[in-house]
Amino acid sequence: MENKTLVMKSITKSFPGVLALHDVDFEVKPGEVVGLMGENGAGKSTLMKILTGVYQPDSGTITWGGKQVSFATTRQAQAAGISIIFQELNNCPNLKPLDNLFLGRELDRKNSPFLDLKMMQEKAVEVFKYLDVSVNMDIEVRNLSTAQQQMIEIAKALLTNASLLIMDEPTSSLSDREVTKLFSVITELKSRGISVIFISHKLDEVFEITDRIVVLRDGESMGELVTKNSTQKQLITKMVGREISNFYTQRTSKATDEVVFEAKNLSGPPYVEDVSFAVHKGEIVGLAGLIGAGRTETARLIIGAAKKTKGEILLDGKPVEIRSPEEAVAHGIAYLPEDRKVQSLILNMTVRDNLTMSIHKVLTNWFGIINRTQERQITDKYIKSLDIKLTNREQVISGLSGGNQQKVVIAKWLATVPRLLILDEPTRGIDVHAKSEVHRIIAELADSGVSIIFISSELPEILELSDRVVVMREGKVCTILDRKDATQETIMNAAFSGSANDVKETA
Amino acid sequence: MGKKQARGWSVVSAIVKQRESAIFLALLIMIAVIQIMAPNLLSGNNVYLVSRQIALVAIVAIGELFVILTGGIDLSVGATMGLAGVASAGAMVAGVNPWLAILFGMVVGVLIGIFNGWLVSYVLIPPFIVTLGSQEIARGTILIVTKGWPITNIPKSILFIAQGDFLHIPVPVWIMLVVAVIAQMVLTKTSFGRRIYAIGGNETATFLSGVNVKKIKFFLYVIAAFTASIVGIILVARFESAQADAGTGWEMQAIASAVIGGTSLAGGAGSVLGCVIGACIMGILANGLVLMRVSSYWQTAIIGVVIVLAAVLDHFRKK
Repeated sequence: MENKTLVMKSITKSFPGVLALHDVDFEVKPGEVVGLMGENGAGKSTLMKILTGVYQPDSGTITWGGKQVSFATTRQAQAAGISIIFQELNNCPNLKPLDNLFLGRELDRKNSPFLDLKMMQEKAVEVFKYLDVSVNMDIEVRNLSTAQQQMIEIAKALLTNASLLIMDEPTSSLSDREVTKLFSVITELKSRGISVIFISHKLDEVFEITDRIVVLRDGESMGELVTKNSTQKQLITKMVGREISNFYTQRTSKATDEVVFEAKNLSGPPYVEDVSFAVHKGEIVGLAGLIGAGRTETARLIIGAAKKTKGEILLDGKPVEIRSPEEAVAHGIAYLPEDRKVQSLILNMTVRDNLTMSIHKVLTNWFGIINRTQERQITDKYIKSLDIKLTNREQVISGLSGGNQQKVVIAKWLATVPRLLILDEPTRGIDVHAKSEVHRIIAELADSGVSIIFISSELPEILELSDRVVVMREGKVCTILDRKDATQETIMNAAFSGSANDVKETA
Repeated sequence: MGKKQARGWSVVSAIVKQRESAIFLALLIMIAVIQIMAPNLLSGNNVYLVSRQIALVAIVAIGELFVILTGGIDLSVGATMGLAGVASAGAMVAGVNPWLAILFGMVVGVLIGIFNGWLVSYVLIPPFIVTLGSQEIARGTILIVTKGWPITNIPKSILFIAQGDFLHIPVPVWIMLVVAVIAQMVLTKTSFGRRIYAIGGNETATFLSGVNVKKIKFFLYVIAAFTASIVGIILVARFESAQADAGTGWEMQAIASAVIGGTSLAGGAGSVLGCVIGACIMGILANGLVLMRVSSYWQTAIIGVVIVLAAVLDHFRKK
């Protein structure tokens, strides 16, 4: 692996009607970790796609290791040592790690059409040793954790002799501990002269791992920050072009004493065991914990998307039986799932279709015919009140930005006029500005009397919004913290060790 | 003037962008070409016969469309036609009132749909396997009951449902129109229809939106069996007998009509109009090849090429 410097100069790219990138300079030195930041639509992915040969720039030059290059395909970029690891990991879940590692680059035995399994095995062991990670090679990739799958992607890139790795939102579905592991791998790569471009929405992580941060806004370079000399506030200002004053400030709760929802000894093995907690009217209860702690599974038990083996759910003190999301909606419980594209949106349908999907009961007459006028009115009302940016309500939803898509999903659930709203990672993968808007919407909802369960893996937003924090660990509630006792430290201690005070970390 | 022109243009462009326009244009071109080479295509008698045939395929295709829209498939519609026909013919011959006999045939056909729907939706067996199996079950049942012999002596009073006409248009075409209008209404105006498309687009999201996905999928197979049964019984009236092999291969014609009409086998996209146009293309092409005296060996191959071509064109149109 050689150590090469990347210089992208005056890159300009336009698509019909949009100037995606305008005169952008971007440089990465050997062994450097560079953060690439910007709101969604700022041009980060376009820039990376130009680098990896997916798009061709309209003008500008790319120099790689002193030579001017132009990649026509991702494969050419890979051959030159530039690899990208996508947010949605591109592997074959039905194959084992080894098959994935050498996919498309299988090694054959000399002068024979048969695979040289021994050679491939050796190389795999070597690369994992180099990364200092252990991966179970005997099971299919779908059974590995996201973190391990990511390590396979990184290993795969190293096997192609990559000297520049692009990581697009690599931590979005990792637990904190897994992030730590990833960062130690990045540090290791760095020490060997391999450069990393790190794209993320998570400021803490960007500040922890990068040497330098390049900021894009509306397709233009906003300059760069040397990480160790800068503050998060400076970065945010650069990204959004204005100061977000209420960033990470805490809201004033209007929660009442009235218990709206209560879960008692909810169990659904193997993910959830004996979970009990209550939510008051107008209260936001944060549900914190590591990935795999059983938060999403708890939500799925509540709405009847998964079968519970034990326990009960009380609404207004009365036990209710909820066997399906349909019944949950009928009881005024709304659940916004964590994966927008897979679980929330019908991508080929219009904004209107998506927004009204859960309120057909209200919109239909006795024959099941939908009242179009009423449907349009409701759609327009939420587009306006949530300030959803679109050209037309009849637009296919896949054309909206992530933040606006998420607002449509929120609108879909608000339209059901829920008493209990369960939000599962509602700000995942949306830009800083949209995120603060979603936070504002959540706070306003609670103030209007809706009870909210807020699941998030980002502690700052849990702390910003929650009145109480339920911390889960290995399928159980390990502690419930009042707002005044909740800090990043107490929550993380509980999530790792089961107690808010015990600092000892279990292995 | 300019404004008017612009508005006119936007109407034209809206029509062109319609999923069905390209395929409708292909139909018109095909009719024109065949008409030039075989001028009796558009003769009154030929149109009468071809339209009746097309109508029957279209009815089955519309039922199949409901299933395909959710990403499912029903391979049993052909055998369901046969079974519904045999059941009603058998009842008629046994002396049951012909209309009650028809009702009986419909019920028997729908039972296949209930069987399919239950296994697919509630037992979660892949539809391909379920309907492949139920196809054989239905076909086998027909053979057990008839021992392979046709059931004849069908009462004359019901023959008009296949052989009659109203305002010079064959009764089956009227039946097709009624089925098409109802299906169109259901798919575009009702919650049920909206949800069918939603399931085809993203089943998980639809389920989590609070839709009873299982119930809807169950009914789709019942609908497909229902429309197939209608056609099975019309075929009895047309041939004045119930044949043991009636409906053989119709599932493929129905699926092909839907696909030629722009229905995506992955679900989420397709329309009643597309199905009807698809059935027209299949029917007129088959008829045209006969009129042009193309060898029947070639006919089969040419129809196959058209099906593949339609799928390829649709793929590129989407891009």
